[in-house]
Amino acid sequence: MMNRRQTLSLLGASAVALFAALPIRSQPAFAQSAPQSPPVRVGEINSYTGLPAFTIPYRQGWQLAVEEINAKGGLLGGRKLEVVSRDDAGKPDDAVRVAQELLSNEKVDLLAGTYFSHIGLAVADFAARNKIPFVAAEPLTDAITWSKGNRYSFRLRPSTYMQAAMLVEEAAKLPAKRWATVAPNYEYGQSAVTWFKQLLKEKRPDVEFVAEQWPAQGKLEAGPTVQALAASNPEAIFNVTFGADLAKFVREGEGRGLFKNRAVVSLLTGEPEYLEPMKDEAPEGWIVTGYPWDQIDTPEHKAFRDAYSARFKEAPRQGSVVGYSTLKAIAAAVDKAGSTDPEKLVAALSGLSIVSPFGPITFRASDHQATMGAYVGVTTVKDGRGTMKNWRYADGAAYLPSDEAVRALRPAE
Amino acid sequence: MSFLLVQSLSGLATAATLFLVSSGLTIVFGVTRIVNFAHGSLYMLGAYLGWSLIERFGGTVGGFWASVAAAALGAGALGAVMEVGLLRRLYRSPELFQLLGTFGVVLILQDAVAWIWGPEDLMGRRAPGLKGSVEILGQPFPLYDLMLIGLGPLVLALLWLLFTRTRWGVLVRAATQDRDMASALGVDPARLFTGVLFLGSALAGLGGALQVPREAVNLHMDMAIIVEAFVVVVVGGMGSLTGAFLAALLIGQLQAFGILVFPQITLVLVFLFMAVVLILRPHGLLGRAEDAPPSAAAAHAPPMVAGRGVGWAALGLLALLAALPLVAGDYAVILLTETVILALFAASLHLLIGLGGLVSFGHAAYFGLGAYGAALFVKHLGAPMPLALAAAPLVAGLGALAAGWFCVRRSGLYFAMLTLAFAQIAWSVAFQWSGFTGGDNGVLGVWPSGWASGKAVYYWLTLGLCAGALGLLRRAAFAPFGYALRAGRDSSLRAESVGIDVRRHQWFAFALAGSAAGLAGGLYAFAKGSVFPTLMAVPASVDALVMVLMGGVQTVSGPLAGAALFHLLETQVMRATDWWRLLLGLVIVALVLLFPKGIVGFLAGLRGRS
Repeated sequence: MMNRRQTLSLLGASAVALFAALPIRSQPAFAQSAPQSPPVRVGEINSYTGLPAFTIPYRQGWQLAVEEINAKGGLLGGRKLEVVSRDDAGKPDDAVRVAQELLSNEKVDLLAGTYFSHIGLAVADFAARNKIPFVAAEPLTDAITWSKGNRYSFRLRPSTYMQAAMLVEEAAKLPAKRWATVAPNYEYGQSAVTWFKQLLKEKRPDVEFVAEQWPAQGKLEAGPTVQALAASNPEAIFNVTFGADLAKFVREGEGRGLFKNRAVVSLLTGEPEYLEPMKDEAPEGWIVTGYPWDQIDTPEHKAFRDAYSARFKEAPRQGSVVGYSTLKAIAAAVDKAGSTDPEKLVAALSGLSIVSPFGPITFRASDHQATMGAYVGVTTVKDGRGTMKNWRYADGAAYLPSDEAVRALRPAE
Repeated sequence: MSFLLVQSLSGLATAATLFLVSSGLTIVFGVTRIVNFAHGSLYMLGAYLGWSLIERFGGTVGGFWASVAAAALGAGALGAVMEVGLLRRLYRSPELFQLLGTFGVVLILQDAVAWIWGPEDLMGRRAPGLKGSVEILGQPFPLYDLMLIGLGPLVLALLWLLFTRTRWGVLVRAATQDRDMASALGVDPARLFTGVLFLGSALAGLGGALQVPREAVNLHMDMAIIVEAFVVVVVGGMGSLTGAFLAALLIGQLQAFGILVFPQITLVLVFLFMAVVLILRPHGLLGRAEDAPPSAAAAHAPPMVAGRGVGWAALGLLALLAALPLVAGDYAVILLTETVILALFAASLHLLIGLGGLVSFGHAAYFGLGAYGAALFVKHLGAPMPLALAAAPLVAGLGALAAGWFCVRRSGLYFAMLTLAFAQIAWSVAFQWSGFTGGDNGVLGVWPSGWASGKAVYYWLTLGLCAGALGLLRRAAFAPFGYALRAGRDSSLRAESVGIDVRRHQWFAFALAGSAAGLAGGLYAFAKGSVFPTLMAVPASVDALVMVLMGGVQTVSGPLAGAALFHLLETQVMRATDWWRLLLGLVIVALVLLFPKGIVGFLAGLRGRS
């Protein structure tokens, strides 16, 4: 026969264990060597276990930024910059809990990070509720700055809309009239296709979209999908798949001649995270957004690339730039605000300009979107690995709707 | 016409891979009755091993195939090690407890593979001699896929020979039909099982290694295949190789042609198909009625008896929990709130598993329905929190009533997979119906009303509601309803003959469990401020199952302890290290080995001995 009391005491014991593990009424968790200058603390959340291929270069990027800032004497006249980093396990509800932990226990001054759009949105909503600034690093969804935008949330990377608009500019120059699309079946894929269609039709009323494929993310049935696209006989294809799906799609498409005599316009494919694993099988001649890290020789990028390669003994990735720029932007905002007061930080972030490895960027005051751009070019294979050629930098500012237009998109404050 | 032919050939190539993996799963299940969650991980391991070997030796035809074979053997060896080191120690545990052990292995392998091979996708070499494509009626078709199409039937034939023409195969079939009789006749079941695990895992590894020339090897392969492999096994009929083959063919074709007709519903097509098959055919396409469907509570489960003085102890614990916010910080209170909610969620699942003997793989659907019910009431109707919270159990209960009507007509793993099918359907509705549910971007801004917005106040509210619901669940367990449910679990035939409508009791239990999970979901929505389809996804259902099994299914309080332990473990380990999955997996395996009856079951056992 079971013993309820023992059972209950076990429950009690686990509760006690919980409190043994947690700082109660948490004391500041750091030793204050100089009482008047505690560090500026950033709470950072990302999908380190869920998406390590992107988030590990990202983490190295922000680590580099933090080291540079502290080597130069820190912020606000001598306060160190400190990042408390957490994994969100790829789940929005875990991310919200972690955000709470960072806020209550770690006493962070602001939040940063996230990769997946839904996690970014969950943390943004948490930030607004708790009135703490949040710099979303990587999520691409338009909602985070527009329909679900809020006073406390800012976003660094160019959104789905911006990247689609950059590609439409090139797509409109193609002679192709019959288009097919393939995109992962979730918000990112859906809004990329919607924007691409809408913006392309505005520029080229003569195009028609003859087929669309919506594979489940991570579960692309490559053979049937390629065959179905080929059957509609399009003149050009707009691809939004990435990662493992993209590799499958490229292999199967090459094998079945899908890309023969067809133009392909493809989102994010030029980013080294996705292009380089394909090695010499990287597609040839696709029009893409991406990051040709080995060819950008502006002084700000060279400095970043050299420092990064020296520190981590590897080439930077797109994620590295995002992580680096996120922390640089936060540092600049803290210095501009002259304090870590949340309201002052928000005011400082609105309209903040910094020089990123991609050049100068500004967090627009109207929608809190940074004007960071992307490189638009053509993929090619050189020395057995995929890279970009004929690229240009598409400045994000040129691909954003006007301040008035976005004000209408954002909820009233 | 030629297009349709090539499309169906593509479907056949998909089917071949599916068959290889699911044949291994069905063999393992058929013989050992183990629901092996780690099967997908072995597939992934096969792919990674295959990639390494093929990169080094795969330049020649011989080297390539030797590499594939070696990768399959490697995965098989690991399967055998898993049997000897872990599963063998659990055959006397309540059935399905092994599932918890294999879940630990899943976590360990995820991190181990990431650690060994790194985070980046790995593009392997193409198969030498099979690189090009052939023209089939004017359409190019990859040679490698043609080879796969031939390989499927070949493996089926070889397995058939193995099971019908060799002594080992005959013994395995004997053990499948009657494990006890086989061992009474001098067959060592342990050695047989090791062999079966080896074979099953090697098939998974073979399927994985054969993917190297087709796709980039990546860290998500395990989760991508495991659920589908279960679907194939169940649609085909558990333990039936030909059934698995047939099901793989059908699902391959369904996917090939489904994307032509409904490109938007690729997410759910397979699950709709499984639901239809299971509703029409209780044992899948070619399965036979089982003599003893696996149920969580073994027949020798000790009867649950309401302990004396429980009320006082529970009140004491409640008072203790209620006093905690006075000393604890904000985050601790949040963590406690979550733990209390998850305890209710786990207890609701335990009502099905422990009392009804009904193992649900899709219980998160009702947690999610409750969360969405509450969130959508707030979003679309502007309802205040109390109203939305009242709606949560209602919405979830109605959903459970509808799904349960179908589910309780099946038993064992068929029941489990049917609940999974409904959960996936609910998930894909939440995921895809963006106009109403917000799609994968979810519903934001679901925060508590002003009076309950303090973290301690919300915790007290949660504690009160969950304690009430737990009290009701406990009351149900020891009421005639609960006894009738247990009678149905232990012998549905005898229960029927004394006049208990077993199915009806199970149906109501399903609805009751669903609405309790719904209340938990509603509370969770307000605790988090946002709701996403991930709440209904497979991992959420698995987590609930893990909590119940961890605590032990044989006691009413087991799931509460399991939920508390699992949640605190996960959150604490996650804070501490990036390798938290490895650590959590190791802890789970250790717990399983130390407490093969669950933690509370272990404590109860101590008490029984003394």
